[in-house]
Amino acid sequence: MTSVYNEEGKNIPCTVIEAGPCAVTQIKTVDHDGYDAVQLGFEEKKEKHTTRAMGGHFKKAGITPRKKLAEFTGFGDSVKLGDVLTVDLFNDDTWLDVRGVSKGKGFQGVVKRYNFHGVGDATHGQHNRLRAPGSLGASSYPSRVFKGMRMAGRTGGKQVMAISLRVIKLIPEENLLLVKGSVPGPNGSYLIITK
Amino acid sequence: MDLMKVVEKEYAVDKNFPAFRSGDTITVHYKIKEGEKERIQQFKGVVLQRKGSSGTASFTVRKMSGGVGVERIFPLASPFIEKIEVNKHGKVRRARIFYLRELTGKKARIKERKF
Repeated sequence: MTSVYNEEGKNIPCTVIEAGPCAVTQIKTVDHDGYDAVQLGFEEKKEKHTTRAMGGHFKKAGITPRKKLAEFTGFGDSVKLGDVLTVDLFNDDTWLDVRGVSKGKGFQGVVKRYNFHGVGDATHGQHNRLRAPGSLGASSYPSRVFKGMRMAGRTGGKQVMAISLRVIKLIPEENLLLVKGSVPGPNGSYLIITK
Repeated sequence: MDLMKVVEKEYAVDKNFPAFRSGDTITVHYKIKEGEKERIQQFKGVVLQRKGSSGTASFTVRKMSGGVGVERIFPLASPFIEKIEVNKHGKVRRARIFYLRELTGKKARIKERKF
């Protein structure tokens, strides 16, 4: 992340995203696949790192192998197999949804994981349970813990969508996209951007 | 990380501020908006620290105002900073001189750096 100043002199926090070039690797149709979608490939990789099967897939589209593939809808008939899409798809002043895998936090307690407040007091007889979850439910009825009870466990590393991020600037020469605010995941991770 | 540099270059404005570091006494001329009008105010004090790099760098200035310490953090790239004047180069041994906060009077003096 970085920050830039707008015309009014306001400091705006923003994230730099490399959006493209993405090649069209496959076009799915209702007739053939049961639904309409366009598969895009991002970031080139070497042929020797590509399996034969995937190599054939890329050969069909007439492009070099790509590292990441993802399906998108809503293109209609505007794209052809082998087309290369760049950041020009977006324009200034639009709103985007950005999907990514959040940073893994490991095994965490309920205070960090679900924003529980803990016991809330260090005194009144409390001892080493400052961040404890408290009661898990009633007693003889139901005599069990309900499913879905929020407890400690693996946190982060899940798909998260940041919705309605404003585009601040496009830099077409480098295929860069500047969006306001933060996006899920660590630096250098892969994201799926939808309009 | 080079991509970050591309963006920062895009937004970079050549401010040409004089070189200053912690311990220096500087005057920051900054614009403030009052309704429609804009005027320039000065803030003179000792630089406590410089922080960050390139587009997001900032610095902290501390001054004594009527016996009360006042600190202000300025982003270096802020469009509101009109000018920075270096009044005195101070001789200090660290990059962040937070110990100055606890000192008052004669103890809070900083020796001048001679070139």
